[in-house]
Amino acid sequence: MPLLELHDLSKTFAGPKGEVRAVANVTLSVEPGEFVAIRGPSGCGKTTLLLAAGGLLAPDSGEVRITGEDPYRLSPEQRAQFRAERIGFVFQQFHLVPYLDVLDNILVPSLASGRHDGRQQAEELAARFGLTDRLHHVPAQLSTGERQRAALARALLNEPKLVLADEPTGNLDGDNGQVVLRCLAEFAKNGGAVLLVTHDPMAVTVATRSLYLRNGKLEG
Amino acid sequence: MSLGRLILHELRYRRLNFLLGVLSVGVAVACLTAALAILHKHDRRTDQIIAAKEEVTRKQMATMTDDYRKITLKMGFNVLILPKDQNLSDLYADDFATKYMPEEYATRLAKSRVATINHILPTLQQKVKWPERERTVLLMGVRGVVYTQSKTQKPLLEPVASGTMTLGHELARSLTLNPGDKTKLMGREFTVAKINPERGNKDDITIWINLAEAQEMLDKKGLINGILALDCTCDTVDRLALIRAEIAKILPDTQVIEFASQAIARAEARTRAGIEAEESIRREKEGRAKLRAEREALVAVLVPVVVLGCAVWIGFLALANVRDRRNEIGILRALGLRSRQILLIFLGKAAVIGLAGAALGYLAGRLIGMAWRDTPGAPPIEMALIEPGLLLLILAAAPVLAALASWLPAMMAAQQDPADVLREE
Ligand SMILES: Nc1ncnc2c1ncn2[C@@H]1O[C@H](COP(=O)(O)OP(=O)(O)O)[C@@H](O)[C@H]1O
Ligand SMILES: [Mg+2]
Repeated sequence: MPLLELHDLSKTFAGPKGEVRAVANVTLSVEPGEFVAIRGPSGCGKTTLLLAAGGLLAPDSGEVRITGEDPYRLSPEQRAQFRAERIGFVFQQFHLVPYLDVLDNILVPSLASGRHDGRQQAEELAARFGLTDRLHHVPAQLSTGERQRAALARALLNEPKLVLADEPTGNLDGDNGQVVLRCLAEFAKNGGAVLLVTHDPMAVTVATRSLYLRNGKLEG
Repeated sequence: MSLGRLILHELRYRRLNFLLGVLSVGVAVACLTAALAILHKHDRRTDQIIAAKEEVTRKQMATMTDDYRKITLKMGFNVLILPKDQNLSDLYADDFATKYMPEEYATRLAKSRVATINHILPTLQQKVKWPERERTVLLMGVRGVVYTQSKTQKPLLEPVASGTMTLGHELARSLTLNPGDKTKLMGREFTVAKINPERGNKDDITIWINLAEAQEMLDKKGLINGILALDCTCDTVDRLALIRAEIAKILPDTQVIEFASQAIARAEARTRAGIEAEESIRREKEGRAKLRAEREALVAVLVPVVVLGCAVWIGFLALANVRDRRNEIGILRALGLRSRQILLIFLGKAAVIGLAGAALGYLAGRLIGMAWRDTPGAPPIEMALIEPGLLLLILAAAPVLAALASWLPAMMAAQQDPADVLREE
């Protein structure tokens, strides 16, 4: 069973110059072990597609299924719980909580899942991403690479099956970008599914499948 | 990781926002606490003033009562109970009553324990010729005091033993009779037991003998023609009406007269003084109540204004905080925190601000209240720093109010759509 299925997904926004079709009839499925990279220029609808796939932005039409379940059939509070349990998010802006240290940042998803035994796992994740020396540093004290790795560790705390990444290398230099991409690839290799949207051509080198998004339409 | 930990870390991170909030709650709570302390001091001072005034009045009244008692004792009996059909003109013309009533009336009166009179003395009185001495004298049979209100009171008149007589001063002087002398009265032999001091009235020509002997000698067995009494130090102006009413209930066919005397004037003065003292205490209470009402009115305006101002300020601080934390809220929601948890984060923060502000504000306000001198010059009213009930109430109420003041911004945070933030590049 695919971990993520998008079926005929469309999302339209009312812009100043009329309607903007950010996502147009996208159909896609991502199997366990797959790392799908979707490239496209700025404004082509990548983020919209990702948010819709992640249960954060209801599409106008079409269907989203994550591990077989449609998050938009759930109540908002149930959907939040659903996200916490099944999806890991990584963003270009890292979006770490500025006043929490690395360890606490990694542990934030446990607030949603209600798990209290996360600490050891968080430390293991930190070690995996080379952050052991940084556990008690706040984001402002970290390099951008460290920040994104902390965000990655956070995304994996609740052991999701699916990771959605929006330009995760957008703010990183080449080496750090490579590290992050390799981490994602490893996650996929271990049976997870990754959907990554980016305009970074480097992503293609680690992805198992590469697609192109143009004006909201998916091209092979 | 817990919401509480998150809240505390955020408080430390945005110290200014926290301090401004605490300061604002602190000012409001200090205002309230100081106001309550001041009102409390006012009430305590009022109690002191009134108690002092009442004490002075009580002492004054006690002195006046004592004066009155002394005067009445010196003046002797001042209430006379007579048979109802006794004509008062005859009484004053003849110096004695010509109508009679049973001696038993006196006992009945005594047994009924009337409160308005004291020292009940049944008498049989008649103006008689002292045949052996060719004198007109007032012969007075007395039985001694039947009843006094308190056992320790000395009788106003010593009982006269049978076979003895007590003589008025003028009689003894002009007849050169001395205590121990024997003399005959209407054929009976009496020993002079006592000579009364000069009184300047008809007592000076009175012979007191035992009531039973007088009844035999005057042929009025079991009868008396007057009951002397002393009125009590009752507080009403119209004592006589009271006495009359009381006695009429027990002895319907009698009448009561009161001899005007200095004692009555004193009693009336005392009553008036009592009324004036009461009036003055009432005026003082009124003045204090007015002052309290003024202070209360000030508090009633000041405190709500300050509390409301504080609430608005807390609301704005929370709003600023919510705006600062848009990204954070977005990511927390994306990571699966429920909107209820976001609400809790902001309400919890407000509650912590409320709690800290309440503690500081209570201390500050209480210290101000303690330092405040309600009446310059008067000994200060002591107050404990911690009043547990009030402190607990404030510690409980301030966080709740702060949370309510932050409710709207917290709701906005909880309703925020995470997609709006996450879309931004
Ligand atoms: N909330 C919105 N309101 C109006 N237009 C939007 C909104 N979100 C996205 N868009 C528009 O949809 C298109 C796709 O945006 P986006 O998904 O952010 O593209 P990308 O992530 O590929 O840069 C853009 O033209 C953008 O202006
Ligand atoms: Mg984008």
